[in-house]
Amino acid sequence: MTLDEKQQEIIDEFAIYDDWMDKYEYIIELGKELPIISDENKTDDKLIEGCQSRVWLHTDVVDGKMSFTADSDAIITKGIIGLLIRVLNNEDPKEVATAELRFIDEIGLHEHLSPTRSNGLASMVKKLKLSAIAATS
Amino acid sequence: MIRDDISIPFDVQKIREDFPTLLRSVNGKDLVYFDNGATSQKPQVVIDAINDYYTNNNSNIHRGVHFLSQLATSQYEEARKIIQEYINAPLSEEVLFTKGTTDSINLVASSLGELFSEGDEIIISAMEHHSNIVPWQMLCERKGCILKVIPISESGELKMDEFDRLLSNKTKLVSVTHISNTLGTINPIEEIIKKTHAAGGYVMIDGAQSVQHIPVDVQALDCDFFAFSGHKVFGPTGVGILYGKKEILDQMPPYQGGGDMIAKVTFEKTTYNELPHKFEAGTPNISGGICLGTAISYLSEMDLSAIHAHEMELAAYAEEKLLQFEGMRIVGTAQRKTSVVSFVVDGIHPFDVGTLLDKQGIAVRTGHHCTQPLMDFYQIPGTIRASFAFYNTKEEIDVFIKALERSLNMLR
Repeated sequence: MTLDEKQQEIIDEFAIYDDWMDKYEYIIELGKELPIISDENKTDDKLIEGCQSRVWLHTDVVDGKMSFTADSDAIITKGIIGLLIRVLNNEDPKEVATAELRFIDEIGLHEHLSPTRSNGLASMVKKLKLSAIAATS
Repeated sequence: MIRDDISIPFDVQKIREDFPTLLRSVNGKDLVYFDNGATSQKPQVVIDAINDYYTNNNSNIHRGVHFLSQLATSQYEEARKIIQEYINAPLSEEVLFTKGTTDSINLVASSLGELFSEGDEIIISAMEHHSNIVPWQMLCERKGCILKVIPISESGELKMDEFDRLLSNKTKLVSVTHISNTLGTINPIEEIIKKTHAAGGYVMIDGAQSVQHIPVDVQALDCDFFAFSGHKVFGPTGVGILYGKKEILDQMPPYQGGGDMIAKVTFEKTTYNELPHKFEAGTPNISGGICLGTAISYLSEMDLSAIHAHEMELAAYAEEKLLQFEGMRIVGTAQRKTSVVSFVVDGIHPFDVGTLLDKQGIAVRTGHHCTQPLMDFYQIPGTIRASFAFYNTKEEIDVFIKALERSLNMLR
């Protein structure tokens, strides 16, 4: 599945929910299910301080593909991280660096990635892309 | 004071009609606005006044000889008098227009701070908003002053015996909040002012959370400086007040240079204007100042003791309902509080709760409320804060509690 197909899959999954609370119910489930970073990587140098919630991000390149693990102290933030990982993991660094994350807008979560939201997600995406750019050079 | 004589009976449903924003819906639900500690909604009279100013009266003030300039100037100066009367300042020139509380505190830190020297001490408290911490830290760095902090108890009250120990003849200034934005604690500022004066220091009061809730009489308090913001007292954003005693303001150097604040400018030497203009460089927020006057007039027509009683009833009702939830902890349980209810729930992040409440049309504040040292004291990442205004109702609290229950069930 291409990166964009993965995005489309998420958009289709969310299309069945017409109520906000149902969408969030699903995001929270994703957040609860995902053990997304190992404890030894959950260190202060991996920490992105948001004003509202905190995010830990660990990036790696495995067999030429990007690999991310991350976590947050807020479960909604964690659920959105789960979606980002699903889209971006195991992709070529170049694909990740240039990826347009349209699913975020289309499922109505753009506010969570706005820099004014201060939950650490916008900075996380920026760092994630920078790590992909670094891996291409 | 005259405002008691012209008070109207307190009818919350009638009052709500004055605030058009309260009638809107958010995410398909009727808005429940419990973020009044961050900013208040505006009554129609204030919105109309803003519109009227720009539609009919817009002009620059204090310099034009033409009709409109005279009109705008007199409206602006009239607003100053309305505010002077409301806080019972002795003189209108002791009421300075600023951008808001933060600007007022920075003005004092920059200007009064120029008179401080190395080793002078400034006392603040552990519950201060960042805007009443950082300007003093910057001053300490600039001048070599020493910042001391009054600790608080678990309930969120100042440890006054510790304050007594910190206070000395080295204390130049004590700057504390009247009411904590995070905890709702009403601080014993009367005692602080009396003791600080006895030790020879000045006192600045951050009134950002008080003027809209309880009567403030700067002469009775005898504080040297008192700051508040327009937008939290039903007025526009971008305007606020610094009250300062004339004899102190007269000794202070200007804060910013520019137009309006000068008496005469030559390249050799410039002399400064008199109060209040000495501290009001440049074209001010004219509409903001005038309409803050409108907001204060609106507020002064109300019975502030009836407002306080209503708000306290709301806070008590909310706390009672909240405590029925498992793992609930109210942060800030001082004896003297205003209508701020801050809480945390075991194992639940405030951000998650705020996000889910928003989707149900409820506006609360989550996070550290610009009081990070206070969050460190309680060892929590933040709180969920419901802060009530006089236009809120018990029915809204019922909606909020129901929405909170649904949110917590989803998050657990």
